[in-house]
Amino acid sequence: MKMHRRTLLALALASGLTAPSLALAADDTIKIGLLATFEGPFTVLGEDSERGAMTAVEEVAGTVAGKKIEIVKGSSDASPDSAVRAARKLVEQDGVKVLIGPLSGDEGLAVKDYAKTQPTVTFLNGASAAQDTTFRDPAPNFFRFGTDGAQWMAGLGTYAFKDKGYKNVATVAEDYSFPYTQVFGFMAEFCKAGGHVPSKSWVPIGNKDFSSVIAAIPENVDAIYVALGGADAVNFLTQYQQSGGAAPLIGGSITVDQTVLTAKGKLRDVLVGTPSAGPTADTNDTPSWTKFVEAYKKQPGAFPSPSLFAHAYYINMKAALLGLDKVGGDVSDGGAKLRETLSSLSFETPTGKVSLDKNRNAIADIFLTEVTENEDGTLLNKLIKVVPQVNQTLGIAEADFTALGAVSRDNPSCP
Amino acid sequence: MTISLQSTPVATQPNWLDKIGAGHILLGIALVLYPLVASDFFLTQIGGYSLIFGMLGLSLMMLAGYGGMVSLAQITVAGIAAYCIAIFGDNNSHLLGFGWPWWIAAPVAILIAAIASSLIGWISVRTEGIYTIMITLAIATATFYFAQQNYAIFNGHSGYAGIRAPAFWGVNSRDPKAFYYLCLGFSVLAYAAILYGSRSTFGLTLQAIRDNPRRMRALGFNVTAHKVFAWFLAGIIGGLGGVLLVWFNGRVSPGTIGVDAAIDVLIIAVIGGLRHPIGPFLGALVVVLMQTFAIDLVGAERFNTLIGLVFLVIVFISPDGILGLWAKFKPNFSQESLRPGR
Repeated sequence: MKMHRRTLLALALASGLTAPSLALAADDTIKIGLLATFEGPFTVLGEDSERGAMTAVEEVAGTVAGKKIEIVKGSSDASPDSAVRAARKLVEQDGVKVLIGPLSGDEGLAVKDYAKTQPTVTFLNGASAAQDTTFRDPAPNFFRFGTDGAQWMAGLGTYAFKDKGYKNVATVAEDYSFPYTQVFGFMAEFCKAGGHVPSKSWVPIGNKDFSSVIAAIPENVDAIYVALGGADAVNFLTQYQQSGGAAPLIGGSITVDQTVLTAKGKLRDVLVGTPSAGPTADTNDTPSWTKFVEAYKKQPGAFPSPSLFAHAYYINMKAALLGLDKVGGDVSDGGAKLRETLSSLSFETPTGKVSLDKNRNAIADIFLTEVTENEDGTLLNKLIKVVPQVNQTLGIAEADFTALGAVSRDNPSCP
Repeated sequence: MTISLQSTPVATQPNWLDKIGAGHILLGIALVLYPLVASDFFLTQIGGYSLIFGMLGLSLMMLAGYGGMVSLAQITVAGIAAYCIAIFGDNNSHLLGFGWPWWIAAPVAILIAAIASSLIGWISVRTEGIYTIMITLAIATATFYFAQQNYAIFNGHSGYAGIRAPAFWGVNSRDPKAFYYLCLGFSVLAYAAILYGSRSTFGLTLQAIRDNPRRMRALGFNVTAHKVFAWFLAGIIGGLGGVLLVWFNGRVSPGTIGVDAAIDVLIIAVIGGLRHPIGPFLGALVVVLMQTFAIDLVGAERFNTLIGLVFLVIVFISPDGILGLWAKFKPNFSQESLRPGR
């Protein structure tokens, strides 16, 4: 029996796969996992998230409690599967004890489920904003110091009904958990105020042709609530403007952010005056915000103003660092002390005070904004008012809020 | 694939060791002992995952290598099995979930996947070459969008979550070691079946049809039936891979069966090499390792470029993939145990 060289090669390859398992972190460094979308449709948002997170790391000069911070990055493509795979690699292979991420709605739901199987790892949300990441069936080691998509809508429904006088509003939104949560947040207030939503359109992410959606919008609506992101928002707004649509718009949190407002073309005309709400506002002039913007701009490739993704990753990274600092960088007890500290952590952020509720979801200020044209012709979100300390149940008693039912395509409904 | 006449064995009966081949035995021992040295992460996320994608690649390799039909719909077939497991078994997405035990759900899922594969085959066998690729790509894309927008059966964008690998005979296959052996067992089964099948009457007929369908038709073979049956068999392997994939991920969503995933399977088969059933497993290993660790090598911004470059280099140096690379370094194997037809 001859020994084949090929067989030897196979053996050599196989032995390469048994590489040392968990490379133990040296005592003087602390590993933090950073999970964001560095590939796929949300790559730009993922890169801005990294800038936000790194702003927080650089604020403490890369050390916490005397230990050097080592950031290990994981990439997903916005699908839940890839997020869980990346999280498993960070936790099980790289051995991170603190993980920041993920970025988008369905990813957050999946990573929360994964978090339950890793009780010794502390998970802090990135920018993922689906309601049930923390509200229903939460994981005890998953924290969200950024707010959820429904909270981001605080004040907008009432503003649209009372100040703008819109009685009937149609909605157009992408078809996944984050826009469901946004529509939920808007309608919770708008319907309660007495408004009606006769038509809801859900479009797949990456949709190009909105003509059938536009045709399906009823004639008699006073305004259209649009919760689309990035290219989807630009495509819809352009086509809506071209089809002669005249109804005013109401924007979801990522619909009228800088990625859309900087787009060229006539869609600018339909955008001016669009009210929206979210965790940040471009014209916020508090010193803490301007200081944050300055720090953020030092990051390579930064936008003129940090996106809400940079903001959310900044807040969560900041919380993790504050928590680690308080426990002296000690996670040797499986992070129990760190999680205890985080649960009761309350701190000042560039956008006001943040604290957690019993589901470990943030209570924070929300900004009501309106798109205005600057003197130099650029569009930006002008701060209308600050809705202080919005909690996850939007100020409704928890039992009543739970009774509204889980966020979905059909809930809530007020035709 | 030419069958050389001079290699016809003389009267001496080969013993079982020669039949299986020394390479296979050593590889088998290495794979069985792998859990002794590997961490849980390397066991499931690299080992198990490579084996699962190796099986998907194998189902494509079988169609492409022996049947000359390059299919981009193998991930769709796997996805159908995965969705069937979610629908017939248990899930926590509050939709369907009939709660059948795994030993009914899994075979039914595989059967449905195989039937779906036959249907795809039946539609596409009338085409050849690039048109087969196009039509299967169209089917894969259509299925992806249908799954994404259908809420009654596929639960839309979020799909199904909370699917768990079964526990049976006192073995919990959610345990990394058990799951690895589960994947290994089925992979070996599929691999051996392909190896055996390629030398069977059907396998040889299929290869003859690949080389000259008109002559085979003239000889009285039912070319379409043979091709569709090949699709059915590939569907069984693909479905098996899909069942393991959904147990591995614990969830299935349209992202699982998207065009990216379809192309991944094609890359795995091409990188590995289409000439021998070991190819897809090698390809899967390389692809999984690259996708997992490239980000550590070059950072988050450019890691996909590195993955692409590595694939490009492999295909550039060796059009036959990794198998071809090996053959290049040792071109005159007379005793090759890893070659079909022997």
